[in-house]
Amino acid sequence: MGLMEKLFGRDWGIHPDDHKRPAADAVTRTMPVPERLFVSLSQHLGAPARPVVLVGQKVRKGERLADPQGAVSAAIHAPTSGTITAIGEIPAPHPSGLPVLAITLEADGLDAWADLEGLNDPFLLPPAEISKKVAEAGVVGLGGATFPAALKLSLSEKAKVTTLVMNGGECEPYLSCDDRLMRDSAAAIVDGIGLMLHATGATQALVGIEDNKPEAIAAMQQAAAAQPHIRICPVPARYPMGSEKQLVQELTGHEIPADGRPGDVGVVVHNVGTAWAVHQAIRFGRPLVARLITVNGGCVAQPGNIMVPLGTLVEEVLAFAGGLNSAPARLVMGGPMMGMSLPQARVPVVKGSSGILALSAAEVAERTEEPCIRCATCVGACPMGLLPLDMARHIQANDLKGAVKTGLKDCIACGCCAYVCPAHIPLVQYFSHAKGELSAQEREKLRQESNRKLAQSRAQRLEREAREKAEAAARRKAERAAQAAATPESQAPSNLPAPQGATA
Amino acid sequence: MSELILLLISTALVNNVVLIKFLGLCPSMGVSKSMDSALGMGMATTFVITLAAGASWMLEHWLLVPYELGFLRILTFILVIAAVVQFTEMFVKKTSPGLYRSLGIYLPLITTNCAVLGVALLNVQQGFSFFKSLAYGFGSALGFTLVLMIFAGLRERIALARVPVAFNGTPIAFITISLLALAFMGFSGLNI
Amino acid sequence: MIAAILSLTILGAALGLILGIAGRFLAVESNPFVDEVEALLPGTNCGQCGFPGCSGAAAAIAAGSAPASCCPPGGKTTAVAIAEKMGLALDLAAVADTGPKLATIAEDLCIGCCRCIKNCPTDAILGAPKQIHNVLKEACTGCSACIDHCPTEALVMQPVPITLQHWVMPKPLAA
Repeated sequence: MGLMEKLFGRDWGIHPDDHKRPAADAVTRTMPVPERLFVSLSQHLGAPARPVVLVGQKVRKGERLADPQGAVSAAIHAPTSGTITAIGEIPAPHPSGLPVLAITLEADGLDAWADLEGLNDPFLLPPAEISKKVAEAGVVGLGGATFPAALKLSLSEKAKVTTLVMNGGECEPYLSCDDRLMRDSAAAIVDGIGLMLHATGATQALVGIEDNKPEAIAAMQQAAAAQPHIRICPVPARYPMGSEKQLVQELTGHEIPADGRPGDVGVVVHNVGTAWAVHQAIRFGRPLVARLITVNGGCVAQPGNIMVPLGTLVEEVLAFAGGLNSAPARLVMGGPMMGMSLPQARVPVVKGSSGILALSAAEVAERTEEPCIRCATCVGACPMGLLPLDMARHIQANDLKGAVKTGLKDCIACGCCAYVCPAHIPLVQYFSHAKGELSAQEREKLRQESNRKLAQSRAQRLEREAREKAEAAARRKAERAAQAAATPESQAPSNLPAPQGATA
Repeated sequence: MSELILLLISTALVNNVVLIKFLGLCPSMGVSKSMDSALGMGMATTFVITLAAGASWMLEHWLLVPYELGFLRILTFILVIAAVVQFTEMFVKKTSPGLYRSLGIYLPLITTNCAVLGVALLNVQQGFSFFKSLAYGFGSALGFTLVLMIFAGLRERIALARVPVAFNGTPIAFITISLLALAFMGFSGLNI
Repeated sequence: MIAAILSLTILGAALGLILGIAGRFLAVESNPFVDEVEALLPGTNCGQCGFPGCSGAAAAIAAGSAPASCCPPGGKTTAVAIAEKMGLALDLAAVADTGPKLATIAEDLCIGCCRCIKNCPTDAILGAPKQIHNVLKEACTGCSACIDHCPTEALVMQPVPITLQHWVMPKPLAA
């Protein structure tokens, strides 16, 4: 570390125009339930959920539609009351446009909740019970990574974490759903934080909020005033402050080691939106069936934050928000830096959708790529202290191993490098491609491993069968010999033809 | 002592065997694709050159000069070098099969590496003492390894660069090594 | 003249002796690569490489008589791993890797003859006589050992469909 860094700190990240207002200041609207909902079965990290309803079945709002499948997965519930009309493939909210399995729910217009039971005093329950209830409600991380929240709670209880870091950074430009949620439901979030503290066994909670959201900071400070172990910590606005590793370092001073987890420094990180969902799940027994979404971008007539039932189509959300001024140059789900560009608008909203952005051509600013001049601007911007230009070089030459050596696995795909690149090189796309290739290779290796095991067990099976056959033959022979020895010789021949006669 | 050190430096840098004398160009082009094999090749060649330099001094002073057999010089030197290379090959095969594979044909070809014979003959020409011969051989080999490693490092970077199609592969390698030779010419300004 | 002949003969004999002794001490008993290469191969003994089983292929690769890319079901991953272990240069273009494939059974053609089941190296085919067979996707290695044994051509190799979990972002086109 050089002297400049010691004196002034490392200058990482970028300061893009945040475009958060006026959407952040607009009053939150609630979207009425549309006629038909498409509830995706892959709304979380990990294996897709397994449907437990049948086509034609009537469900009420909050009833379980699908069970978690495998270790990392989450349950899915009905966002409204109605009839299941189909379980089939629909286009996924994903840049690939590949299909995903979804449950089609025809709304009956009543929006009637199932019989739900909240808890009046959840703090009497053991922490594991809280995690279980959160899992039953299908709560996942609402920051965008959609890691099942209950799993994170129970894992951190086992890992004995001491600090709960609440992520209210919302560093992505355009997005303001966390900001709005903190302004509107600060008390609910603080209650949710209390529940999560109880579930994880952590002793203090640090809520990191970027200082470009003074209203949210004020609201949260007021709500948490009575609870000294929940501290509201304003952090400087800078992208990507809302990244787990950066926020933990900013708030606790501990650096999370490379390919480590926050648990390694005694910390667990959750999004403030997740705290709200936990509050809903524990206090009212309500599963996660709707979420706050920022609708923003140059083409949106009335940008703002909207409470949307999960499974609503993006085009319906855009229509409810007041329609579009002009055809968007790009449709993005999530933030402009890390979000996913959508190939079409007929895709459903999922648990991880934090925003829907209809960006105009001026905002997208599609620029032609030029050769790298090795100016190293990306090196200064990289919040992880990597060398994006070198990593991209290795990936261009198909040298994945070299890219990993240069730190590909530490890349958080924040997009700072591509943002600052004066040659407009799509650096993040290179890294996403390389990471995809790496995990494909990893999968291939696992497959080979299991193939080998299968082949071995077949060889063992054949061997065992051959042995058993030989043993059985030997036993029969021995029996026959014993029989022949025990019975008088005259009886032996008369015994033998009898069965033959029977079968003939 | 200081004379030996000066000899080492001048043979390794100022009179570099590859870039100034243009000896041993075959392995410098052939085994310089990766740093690992370059280092292995450098070490094997260092061993061979040093041993050959010592052995050739002994042959020269105890056999060729006393019996006036100067005309057999190249023949006997090559015989010794070939034997040392054979020994090295066996040793590498036994101790490091991976390196043996990656060096491939270039390992037995050390025999015909002109740097090895060249160093032995130059030793005789300059009339060095035994220890000076060893230092001369070792210094030359050190220079060879140094150039091989620098060149391999450069080629590893060039492999990532977008080179115009006409220059891709060996042509750009030749251009690079010639630039490297120009850089090494700078050492001739060293006043030692 | 005699001195020259004598000295060269003695020199040659002495060096030969030294090398002979060294050869004794530094002898490499067996090719150390065979076991290591065999560990990298799928171990299904499907025979697509043309060698008798995976150990035969490993011996051939270690001896240098077969390329590192000779295992079709192993694909690119295996070829790269072997080439790395052997310190060989690998021409990836030569690897005919058309992506992973799975055997699938056309249900209307399957007559339940059980012939494919006996030939599957990983027991990936389920079925009983006169019952329609099925391939367990998770266990199928895509070795296509079963294909030739199907009398009704109900078995076909099909590429593994790309799903959201397997999708890889395309590499940007270099400017």
